[in-house]
Amino acid sequence: MTARIFAYIVHKAGAADDSATELLAAAKKINPAATPTAVVTGWGRDLDTVCQSLCSSYGEVWKVANESLAYPNAELVRKALVKVLPQGSTVLVPHNHFGIDLGPGLSIKLNAAFVSDVLGIDGIEGSFLKVVRQEFGGQVSAHVRCDVSSGVVINLRPGAFKPIECAPAGGAVVDKSGEVGALVAGRRYAGTIVSESGDVDISKQAVLVSIGRGIQEQDNVAMAQELAEAMGAAVSCSRPVVDAKWLPKSRQVGSSGQTVKPKVYLACGISGSFQHLAGIKGSPFIVAINKNPNAPIFQVADVGIVADILEFLPELTNRIREVKKVSV
Amino acid sequence: MEILVCARRVPDPAENEIKLNRAGNDVERDDLVYSINEPDNYAVEEALQIVAKVGGNVTVATVGGDDDEEILRREMAMGANKGVLLSDEVFGGSDGRGIATVLKGFVQKGHYDLILTGVQAEDGGAQVGGMLAAMLDYPFASLVDAIEVLDGKKLKVSREIEGGNKEMSEIDLPCVLSIQTGINEPRYVGMRGIRQVASLEIPTYGASDLGIDKASVGESAAKVKRDDYFVPALGKGAEILAGNSEEIADKLIDLLKAQGGLQ
Repeated sequence: MTARIFAYIVHKAGAADDSATELLAAAKKINPAATPTAVVTGWGRDLDTVCQSLCSSYGEVWKVANESLAYPNAELVRKALVKVLPQGSTVLVPHNHFGIDLGPGLSIKLNAAFVSDVLGIDGIEGSFLKVVRQEFGGQVSAHVRCDVSSGVVINLRPGAFKPIECAPAGGAVVDKSGEVGALVAGRRYAGTIVSESGDVDISKQAVLVSIGRGIQEQDNVAMAQELAEAMGAAVSCSRPVVDAKWLPKSRQVGSSGQTVKPKVYLACGISGSFQHLAGIKGSPFIVAINKNPNAPIFQVADVGIVADILEFLPELTNRIREVKKVSV
Repeated sequence: MEILVCARRVPDPAENEIKLNRAGNDVERDDLVYSINEPDNYAVEEALQIVAKVGGNVTVATVGGDDDEEILRREMAMGANKGVLLSDEVFGGSDGRGIATVLKGFVQKGHYDLILTGVQAEDGGAQVGGMLAAMLDYPFASLVDAIEVLDGKKLKVSREIEGGNKEMSEIDLPCVLSIQTGINEPRYVGMRGIRQVASLEIPTYGASDLGIDKASVGESAAKVKRDDYFVPALGKGAEILAGNSEEIADKLIDLLKAQGGLQ
């Protein structure tokens, strides 16, 4: 395949997002001989700083400066990209809140294929790109083939592609701003509301008892609180518990919640979606308790217990209390 | 406000252990419990709440077969005014773009101010809403976790971004929004409610009713196809503790002590 590969670089405050190196690694998996091009949209000094920083890893860095792109509004970014990208390109985008906004619509406007949330690339076979995706909350994976003959937009799962060592690319910045012109969108950015911190800062806890959908009812949350108390831990949770309003948003671990760095993480009734796992940093000792032996959490945990948490947690709490009594 | 919600019936991963079939080309579907895709249910609830405030109607559409009627009836029992089944054998095997093409055909038959989808389907890729919006040249926002109707021409929407932060925008109508779970508390649907809508007619539209070029949908048009399913061999995985629950608890306590998990 000879299609040119472009990586859309997400950046903030003059620094490229971690995905910039992951997209490069993915590009090399599509075609090891490729020299991928970074595409960076934005405005002002921050944009120039990011473009310069990418020259060491990308052979060419396309800069698209436009005042209306100072904040990354996906609709405006899409309109700019449609003007600068050549027909038939392979376009890599991180599958985060921005990429979910951008990728699908971009594929339509480029008349290209779209493949979403890709976590593995097996390579090219004729006009097909073979990739790996997950379905059903990561319980199964799928080999997917994508006809890339008229181009493709690929949304890549954050963290799935490990950065690779590359020789310095010695790239140059190419200014494409003149090809874009005035941009208008039906959606206008009106500000960001920063999350409020809750009663307990879970990002600073050494031990977390974290509950998920398996807790089933609001009344059962007390089970986790009692266990946490016995252990000297705090209670955190995954998204479904916050969706059900059983715990406040400030207790949620994950890409849309808090990032935690505990020593020990007890995942109770949590399936282990990648969005949840993205919020756990610093390689803690992970214990997974889940009644579904296929739950993806068992793939990342150090120790697993196949059990219904509603039965096991109270038993564990009692046992810990007994042990502590003896040792006092 | 005329609101269309695009919904799907999917195997409920909270209720199922998803396993592969023997051939490895699909998951074992015989004993699966199906339900409405969870974010789609939040989208219907949001539509009902908007209509309760500003008036209008809620239509729920799904692309599928006769089995998928059950989710339409469920959402009608919640309060949706109309359920519509978009069904044709030529739709089979469509990829995300094919599904969006079918929905576009339906949207263009009517007049909708607002189109909602769930943020993502269990076996999907958070793609149909964004594709549909681009095909219609409507503005789009994904991961929406709050909607406020400003006037008849625009909305204020909040998107869930990283770290629990919210990105606020104004968006012109008509538009497409993909709805995140947790945006509201979907109302309960009892058996009585389902029975009350059991005999309501669900109109069905096929490709020719929707003016859809058959070459633009279905398996032959799909650029993205699944070859097979597999369960990846990922590292060593967790060491599974065995024994009765008391033995397991004791083993776990020893491990927790060693790792600093008991304070």
